[in-house]
Amino acid sequence: MKQLWLTAKLDIVESLRARWFQIYTLVFGGIVALLFLFGLTESRVLGFIGLSRLLVTYIQLTMAILPIFVLITTVRSVAGDREAGVFEYLLSLPVSLGAWFWGKILGRYVVIFAPVFAAMLGAVIWALISGIEVPWGMFGYYTALLAAMAACFLGIGMLISALARTTDMAQGAAFMVWLSLLLFLDLILLGVMIQGKVAPEVAVSIALANPLQVFRTAALALFDPQLIVLGPSAYVILDAFGAFGYQVFALIYPTVLGVVSAAIGYQIFRRGDLP
Amino acid sequence: MIRFDKLGKTFRRHRVLDDVNLEIALGERVALIGSNGAGKTTLIRCLLGEYTHDGLVTIDGRSPRTERTLVLGSIGFVPQLPPPLKMPVGQLIDFAASLCGTDPQRMFDLAKRLGLDVDSILQRPFVKLSGGMKQKLLIAVALGRDAKVLVLDEPAANLDPEARKIFFELLAERAESATMLISSHRLNEVSTLVNRVIELDMGKVVLDDRVADDVSLAGLLACRISVKRTEPAFAKAMTSWNFTDLGGGMEWQGDVAGPDRLRFLGMTSRYVSLISQLSMTETAAEKVGTEKVGAGKTAA
Repeated sequence: MKQLWLTAKLDIVESLRARWFQIYTLVFGGIVALLFLFGLTESRVLGFIGLSRLLVTYIQLTMAILPIFVLITTVRSVAGDREAGVFEYLLSLPVSLGAWFWGKILGRYVVIFAPVFAAMLGAVIWALISGIEVPWGMFGYYTALLAAMAACFLGIGMLISALARTTDMAQGAAFMVWLSLLLFLDLILLGVMIQGKVAPEVAVSIALANPLQVFRTAALALFDPQLIVLGPSAYVILDAFGAFGYQVFALIYPTVLGVVSAAIGYQIFRRGDLP
Repeated sequence: MIRFDKLGKTFRRHRVLDDVNLEIALGERVALIGSNGAGKTTLIRCLLGEYTHDGLVTIDGRSPRTERTLVLGSIGFVPQLPPPLKMPVGQLIDFAASLCGTDPQRMFDLAKRLGLDVDSILQRPFVKLSGGMKQKLLIAVALGRDAKVLVLDEPAANLDPEARKIFFELLAERAESATMLISSHRLNEVSTLVNRVIELDMGKVVLDDRVADDVSLAGLLACRISVKRTEPAFAKAMTSWNFTDLGGGMEWQGDVAGPDRLRFLGMTSRYVSLISQLSMTETAAEKVGTEKVGAGKTAA
């Protein structure tokens, strides 16, 4: 356990000094600052006003940015460290492979979750100071959703890092994964359904296997419980899960996907060449 | 103690190590030499449990791959190229010392002995240090614990003469209690440090030879050089070896570490037309008497 914490701490310190982390923090802090600056708390959409409106916009933007950011930075730094000889040296020290791999994930998880949460927390603190009502339920669920999203894409990133032997390959693979998830979000599924080659239930199931779609639908469900904006797909989702059931599914499924991906990555890592 | 039994390693159908069989006992100081691509680094990585491989690699009967923490706790490793770690120096030492279960102060003390002012660089990222500073720190981390096996990949390449002298002394202190595997492209870089030479070529052992162990790791050679005329480049070289100018840049005196004698003579060979007299006298405590090196007193 000591080795795991030492590795996690090491990864946190390494990341805090990395440029990607500074940009990452700046992006999410900047988003919240800009949303306040443009008076988003004063505008109204679907009956949402105040901090709820800001949080809805923030989570939508985060869903667009966080996955690719986490995927690329994770594979870049892990595969980059391996190429640069960091693994060769640090893994010559008496640290178990389990403590190293999971410690790295733990440290990185803290580093990628902290800025997105801190930005949201900053918005809540500012709202409290300004006397704007804070939707605590929404804040709590979005926090959990962000935590699940970070776990999901970090796990996938670590799997790609374990599979790819070079930084270029890892980056390319990460980008392809993100692009595939993005395409299956709407474009390809819509095309398939229009052609009528698969049943709508199958298309919806494929969509729900896509973590990006799961997050998007969960974020929508919070301010549109009947998922009216999704059209007929909403019937399949709500029949299968129910509104609350879907919110729980949206937290558990991506987290499990991330943990399983990381576990597969660990098996590949410990059975192969380390540097 | 260290055993390689039918060790083989293949990268994408390219056989990098092929049927390597070696036994290295406690106290042996082995030079692992060979050209680029000979398989030195791969052999070291197999020994550190970092590569999967065919055959068997054991240290005291244990596999560095399956019993990592136990085996690697007794290995000190200095890589050829320092890793680009962003962590501060203080944290690197704390991290390594915690994992190895040793007192970080031992590493600090060794770094100071090698001439590194650790206190002033504790907060600096490791990657921002100069090549020599990185090398000194990595040596301090490797030697600042009770390692029974020292794996050193071109360890003295970036060190200045004074630090190399202290480094040789540090190795001498461990000569009886540790096995050393020193990797280098060229034998003359490490020949005076070792008592056995193993050469790899195309992944095979092509030479395994015991060598005379006459050169003391802690030995010193008192050296005196006279030149025909002053020459700034020569004066600079002498100063870098910590030599003292005895008179207007015409006569120089200083000590050369025993294992560094070839490197020193290599340096002086660049000024052969300038040197009028050169003498080297062994002065180490454990050697009795005076020994002339090469032709002893040489008049150029």
